[in-house]
Amino acid sequence: MAKNKQESTSAPVSPAKGEAGRCGDDVRSDLFVGVEIGTTGGLKIDLSSRVSTFYGDSIEKTVVNILGAFAVKHARVEIDDKGALPFVIAARLEAALRRAGRRGDGRPKRNIPQGESSARDRLRRSRLYLPGNEPKFMINAGIHRPDGLILDLEDSVHNQEKDAARILVRNALRCVDFLGAERMVRINQLPLGLEDLDEIVPEAPEMILIPKVEDGEQVRVVHDRIRNLQTDGSKDGHVIWLMPIIESALGVENAFQIASATKTVAALTIGLEDYTADLGVRKTAEGSESLFARMRLVNAARAAGVQAIDSVFGDVGDVQGLRAWAARARSLGFEGMGCIHPRQIVPIHEAFAPSPLEIEKALAIVDAFEKAQSKGLGVVSLGTRMIDPPVVLRAQRLVELARRSDLLPQGNKFTNNAAVNPSRDDAQ
Amino acid sequence: MSTKQQFVVNKAGRRVPTVVNGREQIPYQGVAVYAPKGVKHGPAIRSCNEYPEDGDKRVRDIKTALEKCGLRDGMVISTHHHLRNGDRVAVTALQAAAELGAKDLVWFPSASFPCHEPVIGLMQQGAVHHIEGSMNGPLGEFCSRGQMRGLGVLRSHGGRWQAIQDGEVKIDIAVIAAPTADPFGNADGSHGPSACGSLGFALADSMYAERVIVVTDNLVPFPCIPWQIQGNNVDCVVEVDSIGDPSQIVSGTTQVTRSPDRLLIAEYVARFIRDAGIMREGFSFQAGAGGIALAFVDHLKDMMKSAGIRARFVRGGSTRYLVDLLHDGLTDYILDGQTFDLTGVESIGSEPRHVATSPFTSYNFHGKGNFASMVDAVVLGATEVDLSFNANVVTHSDGLLLHGIGGWQNCLSAGCTILALPSFRDRIPVVVEEVTTISGPGELIDVVVCERGVAVNPRRKDLLAALRHSDLPLRTISNIKDEVEAILGGKPRRPTLTDRPVAVVKWVDGTLLDTVWQTPL
Repeated sequence: MAKNKQESTSAPVSPAKGEAGRCGDDVRSDLFVGVEIGTTGGLKIDLSSRVSTFYGDSIEKTVVNILGAFAVKHARVEIDDKGALPFVIAARLEAALRRAGRRGDGRPKRNIPQGESSARDRLRRSRLYLPGNEPKFMINAGIHRPDGLILDLEDSVHNQEKDAARILVRNALRCVDFLGAERMVRINQLPLGLEDLDEIVPEAPEMILIPKVEDGEQVRVVHDRIRNLQTDGSKDGHVIWLMPIIESALGVENAFQIASATKTVAALTIGLEDYTADLGVRKTAEGSESLFARMRLVNAARAAGVQAIDSVFGDVGDVQGLRAWAARARSLGFEGMGCIHPRQIVPIHEAFAPSPLEIEKALAIVDAFEKAQSKGLGVVSLGTRMIDPPVVLRAQRLVELARRSDLLPQGNKFTNNAAVNPSRDDAQ
Repeated sequence: MSTKQQFVVNKAGRRVPTVVNGREQIPYQGVAVYAPKGVKHGPAIRSCNEYPEDGDKRVRDIKTALEKCGLRDGMVISTHHHLRNGDRVAVTALQAAAELGAKDLVWFPSASFPCHEPVIGLMQQGAVHHIEGSMNGPLGEFCSRGQMRGLGVLRSHGGRWQAIQDGEVKIDIAVIAAPTADPFGNADGSHGPSACGSLGFALADSMYAERVIVVTDNLVPFPCIPWQIQGNNVDCVVEVDSIGDPSQIVSGTTQVTRSPDRLLIAEYVARFIRDAGIMREGFSFQAGAGGIALAFVDHLKDMMKSAGIRARFVRGGSTRYLVDLLHDGLTDYILDGQTFDLTGVESIGSEPRHVATSPFTSYNFHGKGNFASMVDAVVLGATEVDLSFNANVVTHSDGLLLHGIGGWQNCLSAGCTILALPSFRDRIPVVVEEVTTISGPGELIDVVVCERGVAVNPRRKDLLAALRHSDLPLRTISNIKDEVEAILGGKPRRPTLTDRPVAVVKWVDGTLLDTVWQTPL
């Protein structure tokens, strides 16, 4: 845990000051906190909050608890609150205290059960990016039912807020119910990303996204760091899956060694903004400039036995463009893509869902296969056609995808928990 | 007002005063229980002999008009909110009355807006005694803090008509802002530089006030066609440079919300209407101009198209979203209570199937029926809703006056009343144990749709049965409330209000539903 390695820091020179969070009229579900740690005078909390009528006492209690956890006995705390939830208040105050040179354990009480490992081949059609320093998008993210949520510590977080975002994301993993979405964290580029792991891994997210990966060694470094942190006392047997993001020409060339670097890699994805910049070409809505890279990625992923996941589609207003992109992505062999807005989730799920005709055909093939099996026949035939084993395999995969996407009736009832409780096969 | 206020507990379990602004009150008795008797109020008899034969009723300015109408201390002056936050007429008229030395006037607006803030000054100097009408923004704060002399009386649009017909409020002088008018006093809202659509809110005042002044910035020679207000009811016509700021009267365009959570709520609402079997050939619905309501129309439109279903009529709050339905052949008529954007204004001025309505046709308790109860489904908002499905639209959760009632209470009589709202806003709970102020009784609220699920009022077993096969996330209201409290970090503390009433909330029949208590500074 972070506190272990830094507890030896000597007491700060007083008065130490720290600030965190945001203020301003457009701020919602967040707060600004300023702390001035002194040597006398006890605790003075100057609270201005839109919700002090309802939660003023609760806010003060949260503040006093965190100050206690950081052994601060004398301080002036100024808070300008815009309706922040307790996990946000705790995170901002902790960031301010750390910036004032204090160390302590500010983790809020866990609100939700610690997550369990997800299946390696879990349904990953959509993954919604959430800026790691913006609490207002986190609170209701789960209700939009993406397959996965990415708490992003990398590009969406300003360089000077990396420390604060890390704490906020850690608290969100402890306190926000994402309603069954796979919880992913995108760490920063190495080596900064390793510090992110120190804070994040103990909260056992289901997956870590590693940005700008160019070779397998980077994946192994992350894997090893996670291993070490887990043997330090985190929950036994919890596998944190890795999704390396390839964002350069070199990364594309090394796609297979990246995908097969460790057994914990579950998926491979691509970041097209950086990739096209690396090539020196313009990124287009239709994407022919990245066709090679994406096909190469799919091939490498399949060769390594992991999922291939596509990039994001950047224009939130262009639903038709998104549908077209997603349909092409599926036809190339991708199993999902990223979302930058909840409105993209449904079109993506629809695009990656098999069509009724595909499902019907696949069911017929699987049915013919099972009948042949039960009769002890080696040859599967459907009508006048003979069905080859790879066709059966593809049909089985498609039926499985349809089942998980809630497109297969089970009895009279549609299953709608496939995304929440994926089949648990191989959590190593 | 007497110094010692008496209270009784009404059928909603709320403590309400027995006397308001000197008038005895009847406490709320339940839905559809109170049946008043007697004869409707009417103004004094006038005759055409008293008015110019050439029909020219123009006077120099508003002051002259007020004098001509016999302005005296303590009179009830009414104005209307069809110019919304762009209105320049109400404040001008009250200021003119103050300059003429009038004291203790009662301002009886159909609604007030932030642009009416100068009325605070008129109350402080004594020209205006109190406001009987919705109060929000600075006026709401002024009243909530106990700085107004009388009690605020909050009524629905239908309740305002009822209070006028009951004679509970006798309007001495009605001042009607008219986007177009002729010298006789015929007036229309759908044309002119300050066009706003319907003038329905002013209709009762034109018929029941002792004196009526029409103020216009677009005087046309007789006849003004169409005449939404009949000049035969009008005493004086005043021409002014401008009755309002067009940019604040209607929006150029109304936009669907971009908030993903609100879009999700809108989608649930549309799916509910479809899955509950309300969406069927010839059905009807009402939608306001809030972000969720607009987005819900967009979703429903797609569902109607793909199912090949048409509505007989839709009610609004008209916007381009309703106008699109009309043009796409998805509804036969728009029955329009007020018009929110330019597309709506153009449509009501040119499209015969887009018809202006008034609180009389739509909402009036003393009508022989009204349109509101004939609508199959209505989508409304609220600031709070509680475990009994009681809802609050007039105060913030902290007790401060926030909104007028508008047509909200009247709409509750629709076949299916749907409250579409987020379950919390930042850290302010919306689904709560008990609402701060009851604006509408829970027995009339059928469904609460929020981002975390859909709660059907257990009284509506028919809806629950109809939704048996729906894949909507159906939940109980208490289940949602518990989740909200868990997210927000525990039960919210109740606001501490004083024991001094600052306003009352009327039910549609004129009985007292609840009291708004003073919020300490």
